[in-house]
Amino acid sequence: MIGLSLAYLKDRGLNTALNILLLALSVASLVILLLFSSQLENRFDKDAQGIDMVVGAKGSPLQLILSSVYHVDIPTGNVPLDTVELLRRQLGVAEAIPLALGDSFRSFRIVGTEPAYPALLGASLAGGRMFAAKMEAVIGADVAARTGANLGQRFVGGHGMSSGDDGPKHEETPFIVVGRLKPTGTVIDRLILTRVESVWDVHGIADPGEVHHEGESAEDHEAHAGAAEVTAVLVRFGSPIAAVRLPGFINRQTNLQAAVPAVEVSRLLALVGVGLDAVRAFAVLLMLTAGLSIFVALLTALKEREGDMAMLRVIGASRAAIIGQVASEGLILASAGATLGLLLGHGVIGMAAASIEQLRALGLNALTFHPGEALIVAAALGIGLIAALIPALRVLKTDIAETLANAR
Amino acid sequence: MSSPDTLTHSKTAQGPLVEARGLSHARDGRTVMAIGDWQLQPGAHALLLGPSGSGKTTFINIVTGLLTPSHGAISVAGEAMSALPPAARDALRRRTIGLVFQTLRLIPALSVTDNLALAQQLALGHVDRAAIAGMIDRVGLAHRAAARPRQLSQGEGQRAAIARALITRPRLVVADEPTSALDDANAARMIDLMFDVADGTGATLLVATHDGRIAHRFANRLNLMAPVAA
Repeated sequence: MIGLSLAYLKDRGLNTALNILLLALSVASLVILLLFSSQLENRFDKDAQGIDMVVGAKGSPLQLILSSVYHVDIPTGNVPLDTVELLRRQLGVAEAIPLALGDSFRSFRIVGTEPAYPALLGASLAGGRMFAAKMEAVIGADVAARTGANLGQRFVGGHGMSSGDDGPKHEETPFIVVGRLKPTGTVIDRLILTRVESVWDVHGIADPGEVHHEGESAEDHEAHAGAAEVTAVLVRFGSPIAAVRLPGFINRQTNLQAAVPAVEVSRLLALVGVGLDAVRAFAVLLMLTAGLSIFVALLTALKEREGDMAMLRVIGASRAAIIGQVASEGLILASAGATLGLLLGHGVIGMAAASIEQLRALGLNALTFHPGEALIVAAALGIGLIAALIPALRVLKTDIAETLANAR
Repeated sequence: MSSPDTLTHSKTAQGPLVEARGLSHARDGRTVMAIGDWQLQPGAHALLLGPSGSGKTTFINIVTGLLTPSHGAISVAGEAMSALPPAARDALRRRTIGLVFQTLRLIPALSVTDNLALAQQLALGHVDRAAIAGMIDRVGLAHRAAARPRQLSQGEGQRAAIARALITRPRLVVADEPTSALDDANAARMIDLMFDVADGTGATLLVATHDGRIAHRFANRLNLMAPVAA
C-alpha cells in the first residue's frame, strides 16, 4: 500500500510538491529559531563562564558586556589601570583580569590580557607556549584555522576591527605567534591574546601607556596618550557576598561602571525573545496552514478517488489497509516536508554563519542538532497523520456498493 | 421474471458455485430484484440479462457480498455469503471472486502491471511477477504493461480489467456491463476474451448486462424484467 500511496502522490506531483514545500518552510522556520536561540543562549553561557562581573567605563552596561565578554561590540571606553589593583584588593574578589582592546588582525580581535583569561574559559594550549614577553601572541583555534598562522610567524595588527588590508597598520610593532589554543567552543577561539603591555607598545606608548578603543581615529588615538588604562576588568567572585556588595560599590565610583553578564544577557535575551516569539508564532501558524493544506489536498483527492477506494475494498483491501493507505500518504508528505525542512533549516543556519560575520562570531553552527528538533519533526508527522486520518475515516463511511453503482 | 431453473446446470459432485434460495431485495418498500431459487455450476458461463433498473446490479452486489438481501439467502463456494459478518464476506470475496466493471475501475496512478500486482497482493498476500506477465500477455497487453489506464484505449482498458479480475485466480468472475460502452466488434472480442481467459483459468463466468448483442453467446441466460411494485 505504500507503493500505492507513492503512486498517488506522484500522480498529482505539483500538489504534492507544494504541500511538502509549505510544511518544509514551517519546519525550517522553527528549526532556525530553535538552533539560533539555543546556540545563542549556549554560547552566551559558555563565554561568560566564571565571569561574575565586568568593570569598565560608564556607558551602556550591555555594550560593556558585549564588548568585553562576547567581543561583538565596541568598548564603552577605558578605565585607569589602577582599577585592576583596586578590584583585586576588594574582599570577595577571587580574580580580576584586565582586558586591553583596540586592534585586530584579519577581523580577529587582539586582546591584551593575562594568562589567567584563557584559563578562566578553560582553554589549553594545542601547541607552543603561553605568551610571556611583550609582543608575543597566542592565537585561538579559529584564528589559526582561518588565517593559517603558525608558531613563529609574525603579523601586524590594524586599528579597530576594520580588518581590511587597506586600513592603518602598526607595521613597526609586529606580534610573533608563540602558542596556539585548542578549540573550546567559546569566544576565545576567535581571539588573539597577548600581554596588556604589548597593546600599549603597539600604540607607541611607554609602559604604562594608553590604549585606544575601537572606532577611534588615529588622531584621537594619539590624543589619548598619557594615562595607563585598560578597557575593562573581568571579575570572578570568591564569595557570594561580593556579588551583593561589589556592583553597588563600583557604580558609586564616578568613572567606573559594573555590569553583571547574567543580568545583561537575560535582559538581551528577553528583548530578542519578544521578536523570536513572534516569529515562532508565525512558524507554528505556517505549520498549521501546511497541515490544513494537506488535509484539503487529501480530502479533495479522496473525493475524486471514492470509486478507487471502493474498488480497493472490493478486491480485498481491509478497512485497516484503506486507513493505512491514506494515512501513509499524509505521513509521506509530512516526512518529506520535515526532512526537507530540517535540511533547509540547517542549511540556512550554515549559510548565515558563513556570510554574516557577527553570527559566525557568536559561534552559530549548522552541524549542531538540538533535541527540540525531534519534537518539531514529531509535530509535523502528527499534523500529517491527523490531516490524513479525517478523510480516511470519511472514506470508510461511504457505501461501497452505492459508490460503485454511481460510478458504473 | 424468468424461471429460476433456466440457469440450472447438472450438479457436479462439488455442488453449485453460487446458489440462491428464495432471493429477493426490496428498497424503500419496493421490490427491486427477485430471483427466487437459482444455481450456477462451476465452470459455467452465465448471462444475467435485463434492462436498466431490473435488479442486475443489486443481484451482483448480493452475490459479491456488498449488499445483504431483504429475503432469502445466497451461498458462494459453499459459504452462506449473506449470513457472514462483514469481515468474513470481505475475505470470501477476496479469495473467491474477481470483478469486472463497465467503468473498469483500474487505479489511474498505477501501471497495468502494478494494477494487477496490487490486486494480487491484496487477495493473495504476495505478488507473482511471472504470473502477472503471463496474464498480461494472455490478454494481449504485453506491449502496454507499463502504461497507465488513461493511456489505454477503451478496448485495452477492458482487457486490463479482465486481467486484474483473473490474476488472483478466482473461482467466480462477475462482470457488470462489460460491453455496454463497446461497438459490436469490440463487444464480441470482449466476450471472446472473457470466455477464453475464464476457461483458461477454470473460472466460472457470470455476466450481467442489458446489452442484447451478446445474449446469443450464452447458452445459459437469466432474463430479468423491469421492476414492478411489490
